[in-house]
Amino acid sequence: MCGIAGLIHRGKSSNVGSELQQMLQALKHRGPDSTGYALYAENDGINFIMRFKVGENVGEGSTSVNEDASVYDERKKLVDEMLKELGANIIKDEKLTPYSYRYEMQFDKDLMEFSKKIESINGVEILSIGKSLELIKDLGDATAVSERYGLGDVKGTHAIGHARMATESGVDIKSAHPFWGYPFSDVSVVHNGQLTNYWNNRRVLENKGMRFMSECDSELIAVYLAEKMRNGATLEEGMKDSLTGLDGVFTYFVATKDSLGMAKDTMAAKPLVLYESDDLVAMGSEEIAIRSILPQEIDTYDPFDGEVKVWRI
Amino acid sequence: MANLKTSEKKTKAQSMGLHTEVLTGKTQQKFFNPDEAENFYYWGTYDVDFNKRTDLDVKDLDCKEANRKIDDLMSQGYGTIVIKNPQGKHSLGVGILNKLNLIFEGSLGYFGVGSIDGPTVRINGRVGWSCAENMMAGKVVIEKNAGSCFGAAIRGGDLICKGSVGARTGIDQKGGTIIIGGDAGAFTGFMMQRGRIIILGDVGINLGDSMYDGTIYVGGKIGSFGSDAVESPMTKSDMDWLKRKLKVAEIGENFDFSKMTKVVAGKKLWNYDALEPTEKKGAI
Repeated sequence: MCGIAGLIHRGKSSNVGSELQQMLQALKHRGPDSTGYALYAENDGINFIMRFKVGENVGEGSTSVNEDASVYDERKKLVDEMLKELGANIIKDEKLTPYSYRYEMQFDKDLMEFSKKIESINGVEILSIGKSLELIKDLGDATAVSERYGLGDVKGTHAIGHARMATESGVDIKSAHPFWGYPFSDVSVVHNGQLTNYWNNRRVLENKGMRFMSECDSELIAVYLAEKMRNGATLEEGMKDSLTGLDGVFTYFVATKDSLGMAKDTMAAKPLVLYESDDLVAMGSEEIAIRSILPQEIDTYDPFDGEVKVWRI
Repeated sequence: MANLKTSEKKTKAQSMGLHTEVLTGKTQQKFFNPDEAENFYYWGTYDVDFNKRTDLDVKDLDCKEANRKIDDLMSQGYGTIVIKNPQGKHSLGVGILNKLNLIFEGSLGYFGVGSIDGPTVRINGRVGWSCAENMMAGKVVIEKNAGSCFGAAIRGGDLICKGSVGARTGIDQKGGTIIIGGDAGAFTGFMMQRGRIIILGDVGINLGDSMYDGTIYVGGKIGSFGSDAVESPMTKSDMDWLKRKLKVAEIGENFDFSKMTKVVAGKKLWNYDALEPTEKKGAI
């Protein structure tokens, strides 16, 4: 089933970490397996933030293979060596869990080549790269993940998130949402639904050099949009194209450094409730997500079939 | 549990040829009561007084607790109940089978006031997916917008949304009237079998797709017709009925009905006449 939520403050920053946590926690019944956040935070805008994992969470409910924790340190060492080789200058590194890291670094070369090299290390996956994007995903509900990664105080302009019920692939971090729009910095996607032409599209996109890290059908949306943008399309053009290029049922959100968008399939088979005012747009699979941050009486509506909307900060 | 074998109810019912099968063990057998049936009472319904009014704040209640409270208030004879702070909660006000004035001061989530038979409901907010699903009778008025599957499979009553509604409004509708003041999404009237839908605004693609019977009236633009949905001429009876209905619904009273499009089933998908006589009997 899955639940998705997103919000964008126009013209100001807010405590988006805490707001998104409340929205996703209200949607826990739609997806208790894993929770993911894509927060567009108040960073310096100069250095890149890279979040990556060197292993999986093998806790209760996980479908991942248990590994000796010592391999995590080995992989982290290999990442550090590779970063040096690629010319990246690490400003700050943080170990967030035994299997995930957040690096602040300076880098000014091709991100696709960079990502390919880093991910050539067995067991390593880049969750996101960006100057404002902080992409966090792990097993557990919204509160558990927020507490584990200290997201309660993250301030920023916009955010999207996902509460996942695993149906098409395993209960693991690699299949959890949001997906990073590799190789574009600061692009993330969350999705509710099922895509039925996943394998056809995947084969075509892989032949064009795009990379897939999981077997989760939702990852296709991020890769699909990234490929469109790589060929010069705007985000909105890519999203409109996806209404016919992607088959199945979907409502998805995509966020970039300065915008937030939504798209709904032509059957309108997946729910979405939207609230829009001059300074805030909030949306979610169910109204209770919006009510968790806006308890007062507000006007909301369901976008129609085949609708694409994009808002800027 | 009372001794069912000797109850008067059972004897009466059995004298009518009912309940010849006796269930044992933990199975709870509900007996049809011919006396109650004459008064049109269902099991689990209440005789309420509309002048007896109370408020119920559901801010800190989950849907089960809220619905139990409503049931409890009806059992005390309250006939007008105002629900405060519904805040988008799901499945509020479901399964009410008696007359009642139920007012929600705020918005509902999914499956609000589903499977009702008789109450008059006013929702001063928005409703989520599948509002009033399986409604049998009564009147439900939503002051703002509604989500998808609005009035799915309703069998009777009036369901009114003053704003716009999502996709698949009136899916599998079997009776009653759905009235929309604004626009409606794709697949409105999908597989409807009876009843009427009135949309004063525009409607999306595949209107009336695979409809078996029933009538859809559209005041605005139509995205496209669905399979076997066809336009039919508006008659004076249509216009008279629409005028009456919209007046009762407190909506679109001054609407120009002559510009409306009437949509009915083309009946090309019907296969009823192809059935054998014995199959027809079974279908009836």
